[in-house]
Amino acid sequence: MGEFVAVAMLALVLVGAVVRPRGLPEVAFALPAAIVVVVGGLLPLADAWNEVLRLFPVVAFLAAVLVISELCDADGLFRYAGALMAARSRGSGRRLLGYVFVLAAAVTAVLSLDATVVLLTPVVLATASGLGLRSRPHAYACAHLANAGSLLLPVSNLTNLLAMSAAGLSFVGFAGLMTLPWLAAIAIEYVAFRLFFAADLSLPATNSSRPEPPPVPRFSVAVLALTLAGFVVAPLFEVADAWVALAGAAVLLVRALRLRQVALREVTGFVNVGFLVFVLCLGVVVAAVVDGGLGTAIAMIVPQGSDLVTLLLWAFLAALLANLVNNLPAVLVLLPFAASTGAGPVLAVLIGVNVGPNLTYVGSLATLLWRRILHAHDQRAPLREFTMLGLLATPAAIVAAVVALWFSLLVAGGVG
Amino acid sequence: MRIVVWVCEGTWPACIDAAAELAGVSDAQIVLIHVRDDSPPPPGRPSLLGAARVTRAERENRQLTREAAERMLVRAEARLGRPAQLRLQDGAPERIVTAAAADADYLVVGRDGDRSRLGPQSLGRHTRFVIDHAPCRVLLVWPELAPDLGTIPPPPPIR
Repeated sequence: MGEFVAVAMLALVLVGAVVRPRGLPEVAFALPAAIVVVVGGLLPLADAWNEVLRLFPVVAFLAAVLVISELCDADGLFRYAGALMAARSRGSGRRLLGYVFVLAAAVTAVLSLDATVVLLTPVVLATASGLGLRSRPHAYACAHLANAGSLLLPVSNLTNLLAMSAAGLSFVGFAGLMTLPWLAAIAIEYVAFRLFFAADLSLPATNSSRPEPPPVPRFSVAVLALTLAGFVVAPLFEVADAWVALAGAAVLLVRALRLRQVALREVTGFVNVGFLVFVLCLGVVVAAVVDGGLGTAIAMIVPQGSDLVTLLLWAFLAALLANLVNNLPAVLVLLPFAASTGAGPVLAVLIGVNVGPNLTYVGSLATLLWRRILHAHDQRAPLREFTMLGLLATPAAIVAAVVALWFSLLVAGGVG
Repeated sequence: MRIVVWVCEGTWPACIDAAAELAGVSDAQIVLIHVRDDSPPPPGRPSLLGAARVTRAERENRQLTREAAERMLVRAEARLGRPAQLRLQDGAPERIVTAAAADADYLVVGRDGDRSRLGPQSLGRHTRFVIDHAPCRVLLVWPELAPDLGTIPPPPPIR
């Protein structure tokens, strides 16, 4: 009975977050659900509190990274990137797609997928339409790379941050193992886009004027580089990466306030506190589900070992689950089981939950966010189109990324 | 004579040239129409980013696509070299364009599909609908130089 209630609460949280009846925020369902599982005795209060304590630093870290990306945006970094793409692509849709792929993969990796969806998508749209090119392939590239391009660094995706500690990997260790899978997934996506959007991309630009790009926003680029370097060296001094992100955000914020790029009253609106609470509540509800009988059931069906076939099974199981219940719950459910069999399975799960959501329209919160951002654009046929593109790109991208992961683990001596 | 030109990114210059040629020196009435695919926004903005920032990005995108469409129509009129009626609408492109051609003599449409392999796919999905349902004569225009006959594959072998 208790197990049934826990699963029902998880369903309530997910449906509430995706459907949003009456436009209520996601936390409006998650908080009551978390309270029900704790008050109902489905999860001991101490366990719930531990889950919150475990998740909070992770979510706070991501929030700091997002503040950095918002301040980079205010400093003109994204506008600069758009102008650079426009100048370099010389009016060719195919060339622009190449630059959009490079830029979206880089922004997703370094500034997290929310930055790609919210901050980069308008710039990409403006660039494409400014050149007189069809914007559809480039807009879709932002959505696909927000998912598939989020394999490289722990900060790229909330799922990665959740997994990093579970897998016992450092920032550098994570990036080292995930570089090849990241490149493999992006390469497959690129080929799929070139095939799928061949028609749109073959049309020539109808606007020949090429404005010169503005000067490089040196300050934010420098702070960004230093922050990344900080992520690498901070663990050597036993400093948590979240503090490095916070420091980077603080430096950018002081300058942005002094130059009046942002107003002080805007600062409180940088982070969606409701979503932060939502993630914590979701963690509690998922812990209650795993704690109950369902956890034993999952433990029986998950694959054992670390060979290539097992890694593929993990990745596809994770992809399937992500498309059924969304990526964040999927990773929270699978992590405890994957972590017990080693770093390889954890990273394979990440490939599944990060790349897999491109298959359907509801697979990840990033895709839902992207739909919201682009609601004016090509929204009538997209379900079919998005799914066709997903079917073409996603299974192949997952396989390629997992094979690359297997190879990386082999080289790193992690297999066997 | 009334000519409706469906103005789309990428294909419009060729369509405008075709319409100008078709109108010639006559006092033809020319309508340039562009339709933005539109539907109400899906719910939810699931992000750690502040809601205000997400809403701003949404607004920016609406504005950007609208401005781009307006610019395109103005440039199309300039290329046409004579005054035309400009129509910018939101909705289902294929249905609105087909309906707009109700009292037209000609509808000018660009070939907007994949022209690297000439065949059925050289028409986009919306274009196919418009050509199938147009209530008037349709002028189908190659966006660049028309291909020569050499691009036609040899007939299939006789079994």
